Amino acid sequence: MKRRSKAWILVAPLYLVTIVLVFLPLIYIVALSFLKKDVLWGVTNEWTLGNYRQMLDPVYLKTFVDSLKLAFATTVITTLLGYPFGYFMAKLPPRWRNLCMLLVVVPFWTNALIRIYGWMILLRAKGVLNTALMALGILSQPMKILYTYSAVLIGMVYSLLPFMILPVYNSVEKMDWSLVEASRDLGATAIEAFFTVTLKLTLPGVLSGFVLVFVPSIGLFFISDLLGGGKIMLVGNLIKNQLLQARDWPFGAALSVVMMLLTLLIILLYRKITGAKDLEGFF
Amino acid sequence: MSENILELKQIRKSFGDTEVLKGISLCIHKGEFITFLGSSGCGKTTTLRIIAGLETPDSGSVILGGQDVTTLEPNKRDVNTIFQNYALFPHMNVFSNIAYSLRLRRVPKAEIRRRVEEMLSLVQLEGFGKRMPNELSGGQRQRVAIARAVINNPSVLLLDEPLGALDLQLRRQMQQELKKLQKKLGITFLYITHDQEEAINMSDRIVVMNEGRFEQIGAPAQIYDRPKTSFVAGFIGTANLFQGKVVSIEDGMAVIQTGEDRVCAAVENGMRIGEPVTFAVRSENVLVTKDPHPNFRLPATVSENSFVGGMLRLGFTLSDGRTIISSKHGIRTHITLGQPVYLCWEPGNAVFVDRGGADEAQE
Repeated sequence: MKRRSKAWILVAPLYLVTIVLVFLPLIYIVALSFLKKDVLWGVTNEWTLGNYRQMLDPVYLKTFVDSLKLAFATTVITTLLGYPFGYFMAKLPPRWRNLCMLLVVVPFWTNALIRIYGWMILLRAKGVLNTALMALGILSQPMKILYTYSAVLIGMVYSLLPFMILPVYNSVEKMDWSLVEASRDLGATAIEAFFTVTLKLTLPGVLSGFVLVFVPSIGLFFISDLLGGGKIMLVGNLIKNQLLQARDWPFGAALSVVMMLLTLLIILLYRKITGAKDLEGFF
Repeated sequence: MSENILELKQIRKSFGDTEVLKGISLCIHKGEFITFLGSSGCGKTTTLRIIAGLETPDSGSVILGGQDVTTLEPNKRDVNTIFQNYALFPHMNVFSNIAYSLRLRRVPKAEIRRRVEEMLSLVQLEGFGKRMPNELSGGQRQRVAIARAVINNPSVLLLDEPLGALDLQLRRQMQQELKKLQKKLGITFLYITHDQEEAINMSDRIVVMNEGRFEQIGAPAQIYDRPKTSFVAGFIGTANLFQGKVVSIEDGMAVIQTGEDRVCAAVENGMRIGEPVTFAVRSENVLVTKDPHPNFRLPATVSENSFVGGMLRLGFTLSDGRTIISSKHGIRTHITLGQPVYLCWEPGNAVFVDRGGADEAQE
């Protein structure tokens, strides 16, 4: 008992780091969001709700709606691509499975920004994709992909796909296949067995994938910056612009707070639906 | 043959380099309770999975109700399985689990309700429909698995060690219930177990399996009293195996030289003097005397004395160091450890095994 009473000293540094690097900045941001912008830069010491009221402007509301739409589209597409990928990956023989896993994880070894630059090379008018499509005779003249909504969506899906694949893989791998056999034995076709048993039992994985894709896709500003050519404005871009260009720190902070609340809401919703205490061990 | 509901013909199956089934053939009659008995890894589960359609044999065929179903998908076969771990769908309640196959067949709702209720009362789980599988005890899960599998009235029900996970008392009770259920439903049961008592208690016929082959197929009494191979003799009950050579035959009795000792056995057809033989004597048939029997010369010393399962189990060491087990009812004995005695048996109780393969390598 006596030894245990001093044990907290060992974990204290962890709490200290968390408090200093996460909790204090968070309080700072929240406080900032209620302050008035100074004329040139920085803030005055006047309290206001104006920053939040400003968000009700249709221009900003549209940004939120656009962001949510893009996040939703990204989530749907990553699910449609990621589920089959994760499913078949889990069913590969162990050797191939490890190779596959490596291929999914390798992109994380390079900076995300650099990978998006790579996509710019692929997608530009005289880029790899257009050249290939024209060489194959599918296109007669280059298609405009870069700096469109599609390019942003491609970039989003590309960046976030692993976050769908991995939880799906995780839950498919844990599947008790004797249940599928039981279902087949009781008269289900392979497809019926998939929809009534496999899909239902791997749904927790899909749901954690939803959250892991949806939440970051609201904030990935550099993808819409680079691939959307600045024409597509998302909440992430808006925050970045307020902080770095418009120098309106309080408004940027208010936007951040709202985005955080939105994210929190989605996670709470997830927990409510699945009853899970954590995101399949990802958080 | 319409009598045979299920026929296996020369089925072979290998996984990688291991041949799990080495050409097995069997006819199963309608309404029969047949048990595949063998230790783990003998291929009994693989046989069952081939019948269910969950595995495809490398060669051979499965005939179900006169139709070749060897390559037919599991959902198109008129058999249902009770899996070892029950495989209840964890995301469905008891009612939905039992109704699963009916819903797949788009049976009208009212009929599903009626038939599921009927099944629930058959397995004595009335009122459990809304429970989830993880809220049930092992025995209750077992009953749900039974109800789910028999609701469609399959022509054959496959049971893969269904009682393995239950405690002894519950297992005994479920054995009786399964047996009653089988009589009531008239469904052919193909039951898999490694438990010889279970096999003997429940089955009409037992198939003893060993290393991908059928060692012997027969009624429990036949398997017990007249084992055909040394494996069967050793696997079921406690049997003492002897090897020796026939030295003389007279009045239907063969005198056999085994090592230094000389014993008697009832002669079998076609037995010749000089023939090497292996035979088994069940422990309960081994008699112990203070004086040598005229036809036997089998001296031994008492080396073990223990009380097992209501039987007194006595171990004897023969002159060549081998151990012979004898068992008798009751706890009283006049024998003390280390005492020299003589062993013998009724000649009819010595059963010749491995005949026709007497020159096969044996331990």
